[in-house]
Amino acid sequence: MNAPTDPKMTARNVSVYYGAKQAVKDVSIDVSKEHVTAFIGPSGCGKSTFLRAFNRMNDTISNARVEGEIALDGENIYSSGMDVVQLRARVGMVFQKPNPFPKSIYENVAYGPRIHGLAAGKTDLDAIVEKSLKRAGLWEEVKDRLKESGTALSGGQQQRLCIARAIAVDPEVILMDEPASALDPIATAKIEELIHELRGRYAIVIVTHNMQQAARVSQKTAFFHLGELVEYGDTSDIFTNPKVPRTKDYITGRYG
Amino acid sequence: METTGGHTLKAFDEDMDELRALISEMGGLAEEAIRESMRCLIQRDYDGARAVVEADGKLDVLEAQAEAAVVRLIALRAPMADDLREAVAALKISGLVERIGDYAKNNAKRVQLFAEAGRIEPLSLLPEMARIAAEMVHNALDAFIQRDAAKAHEVCVRDKALDDFYNSIFRALLTFMMESPKNITESAHLLFVAKNLERIGDHATNIAEMVYYAATGDRITDRPRGHNPADPE
Repeated sequence: MNAPTDPKMTARNVSVYYGAKQAVKDVSIDVSKEHVTAFIGPSGCGKSTFLRAFNRMNDTISNARVEGEIALDGENIYSSGMDVVQLRARVGMVFQKPNPFPKSIYENVAYGPRIHGLAAGKTDLDAIVEKSLKRAGLWEEVKDRLKESGTALSGGQQQRLCIARAIAVDPEVILMDEPASALDPIATAKIEELIHELRGRYAIVIVTHNMQQAARVSQKTAFFHLGELVEYGDTSDIFTNPKVPRTKDYITGRYG
Repeated sequence: METTGGHTLKAFDEDMDELRALISEMGGLAEEAIRESMRCLIQRDYDGARAVVEADGKLDVLEAQAEAAVVRLIALRAPMADDLREAVAALKISGLVERIGDYAKNNAKRVQLFAEAGRIEPLSLLPEMARIAAEMVHNALDAFIQRDAAKAHEVCVRDKALDDFYNSIFRALLTFMMESPKNITESAHLLFVAKNLERIGDHATNIAEMVYYAATGDRITDRPRGHNPADPE
């Protein structure tokens, strides 16, 4: 299946159910640090549900059940010994709508490192905040107003603030669920450029409805349909020469 | 690969159809130029040959239109997968068909250099060669319109026949020239005519290769090649 050589996370025979309804059907996939991996597919295809299984976000949904195995560095994240809070620090998440805390810009970024005890003191914390905002490409825009509320920023800035917040706890994997779908084209381009820059430092998995976005930011693309992983391969192959007719019909706009 | 149907966005299908129609029209004109230039050569129809030369301008105009249509399609429709391959193929094919037209025009230009009377024996092979060349162009373009990889492959295979014809004519003309220096001027022109037809076959093959790629995403790897007199023995 064209798997990356050095997988950061591996999913094996993963099925996700909401009550009796099976949303993800027996999916196996590897994601690595060297590539940005995009999950594409029509609404309801299970791509977001599958993404949320990577840091056990589905645990918060009462009737959701996950079968199969998802491993981070070879360790099953669904094993009983797994600390979910720790897991979500290692596998961070960015959502469709920017959701900064109603606190200052500084506090939004400092919150995670502080509760996880990652900073030795104020100077250390300042350094983490600065580094994270720099990596998220937001530092120059906010360095003189770190005490202002995060919610006062523009949508695109808020989303980069959320990415800075995810980065601040030094994760290994960043999951992004439609991170730019609520943003204008310029803000979207900044997020895409940021994804490009973060590649290699973190394993990045992005769910997107926007196929052009998947084509622009990812090196590996997985196409989901009706809960199944239909095709997974190099992004350039998926978009120029998909092997499965269902993939082709979707990406050429012939769906249904 | 089977396609389930048209695009959800109907305008996309209309744009693709418009592009195919342009390429198809170009193919028809080029094919006609090949046949007509040969007819004029055989019948020494000088007026007809001039008409072929003039008609070539239309191919240049259509090529520019096809190019604009492809650029517009890529900009406005962002084609993917086989649509993208087809758009790129159309762009290259329009250029190849335009070149085919140039070769046919070149043959037509040579008609006036032949005297009304007189008969050159190797001439008898040329109409059949032109017929095959025109048919290859026709089939390559048909394959494009129908996204038919098998038909495209047949065109590639056929190219060897044209190469063989060219080799026969090449040898026959050499013999003819050796018989008498008086034959050299006309023979040299006929050699160019044959070479033009052989090049047309190569271009038709290139078109077929693009069609095969557009239809399958893969390249043809096993096409037979005829021997070329320029190749070392």
